[in-house]
Amino acid sequence: MLKVEHIDKTFHAGTIDEKVLFQDFSLMVDDRQFVTVIGSNGSGKTTLLNIIAGELKPDRGKIMLNGKDLTAQPAYRRAKQIGRVFQNPAMGTCPGMTIWENLSIADHKGKFFGLSFGLNSKRKSFYQTQLELLGMGLENRLNTPAGALSGGQRQALALIMATLVRPDLLLLDEHTAALDPKSSDTVMELTQKIVEEKQISTLMITHNLRHAASYGNRIVMMHEGKIVLDAAGEEKAGKKMDDYLKVFNEISIECGN
Amino acid sequence: MTDAIISILEQGFIYGIMALGVYISYSILDFPDLSVDGTFPLGTAICVALITIGVNPWLCLLAAFAGGCLAGIFTGVLNVHLKIKNLLCGILTMTALYSINYRITGSSNVFLDMTSETIFTQAGKLFPPLVSKLIVIAVITLIAKFLMDWYLRTKSGFLLRSVGDNEGLVTTLAQNAGTIKIVGLALSNGLVALAGAVNAQYTRQFSVAGGTGTVVMGLAAVIIGATVFRKIKFVRVTTGVLFGMMIYKACTYAALASGLQAMDTNLVITVLFIAALFVNRFVLERNQKGGLRRDA
Repeated sequence: MLKVEHIDKTFHAGTIDEKVLFQDFSLMVDDRQFVTVIGSNGSGKTTLLNIIAGELKPDRGKIMLNGKDLTAQPAYRRAKQIGRVFQNPAMGTCPGMTIWENLSIADHKGKFFGLSFGLNSKRKSFYQTQLELLGMGLENRLNTPAGALSGGQRQALALIMATLVRPDLLLLDEHTAALDPKSSDTVMELTQKIVEEKQISTLMITHNLRHAASYGNRIVMMHEGKIVLDAAGEEKAGKKMDDYLKVFNEISIECGN
Repeated sequence: MTDAIISILEQGFIYGIMALGVYISYSILDFPDLSVDGTFPLGTAICVALITIGVNPWLCLLAAFAGGCLAGIFTGVLNVHLKIKNLLCGILTMTALYSINYRITGSSNVFLDMTSETIFTQAGKLFPPLVSKLIVIAVITLIAKFLMDWYLRTKSGFLLRSVGDNEGLVTTLAQNAGTIKIVGLALSNGLVALAGAVNAQYTRQFSVAGGTGTVVMGLAAVIIGATVFRKIKFVRVTTGVLFGMMIYKACTYAALASGLQAMDTNLVITVLFIAALFVNRFVLERNQKGGLRRDA
């Protein structure tokens, strides 16, 4: 279970650009919960993910994952339990390394990278079966550098890499936003499948209301550092896109947009 | 003519070790490391100082490698922990080493005693005198090259490549990217200092200004090597880098033989470098995939 407890976060404190984003912000994510997070620009979605991953330090508050306090740990230590896929497809793979090499390092996540052979030959056929499920023909291109793949292919590979060693928590930061509609749907389907199969607690930021509504079993809408809508299970299933749009519009009117 | 070719090969192999080091920092880590201008003479200084007090010449090579590693760690710590920009880190280390190298030898110019033993003394009795030095140098360089090839295929080597390729990904693998960068810079400068130490025994002298222009030479070799051998699949990049240094040495030799004076070498170097970059860019545009990605 992920617990974000009483987080405060202010940017540019003490300057005229001071921006108080979070004040006493808390969020709990149950085991195996798939939470979609939506919200306007500047609502704090990405900051929240960065604080959970350890890329940003909160001014106050705690991050707990499965009973362990992560607040003082640097990002690379937290990564032992946390998997991450970014918006930019270039960030989830090593462009100069082949698909096989990329999968081999991802398969060794969290362990000591010593002087044994880097390419994992024993798991080659396993990798191929994983890639086959994508239906992108990548299983025959193990020796192709990841940099030569399209955005959608790279993002699919990044998703497989982020979950090859099952993380306790998966953070998806608009991971389909940079893709064309078709690739975007393919990667979403894959996300759903992996999250269900491996039963990973997931936080997914998205700007795609349709994705937010149709995937996951809980939805959180954020606005200016606060949660303005939080629906799980049947309550979420009962909501329609229009309901979310209505809240969105109300928020926008409030801002004077 | 034979003498000339042997001399080019000898120097090509010696400086080739240095170029392998530059390949690690510049191409793999994407870290333009100017420490090299200081670590090459550091290797020379350590080697000359130790040989003068009678240390085994082979042990001197190892000591020089270790010294270079320490200097690389220093550069890395400046960058990773003190958050100093990479170019500046190299400049700082290079500047500091100028004094340190002077301290190690105690003089700005030192010549090895004619009686002092070097790695070439024994070989001189085993092989024909014309090629004995070349054989020793080639063996050392090839060992360095094959060890590097092997290392880059290990898990640790994969991580080194990832750091230069995508530092953020290394963090998500729960590895400390900063530490890996420091290890890479240590290896890189270790190789450079090793080249300096071999050169010390080859030329039997240390000069405190002997490192000037080393990094440019190394970069030129890396870029020539990558450009010329990019298209040939079965040639490893490390082999290409060694060939690049050979080509480089041959070109400077040809330039001098054609009547240019020794003081013109820097100009020749610069022209060669620009030519290599130009060709590299030209080839890059036609072939985006694979090979060595970076240019200057």
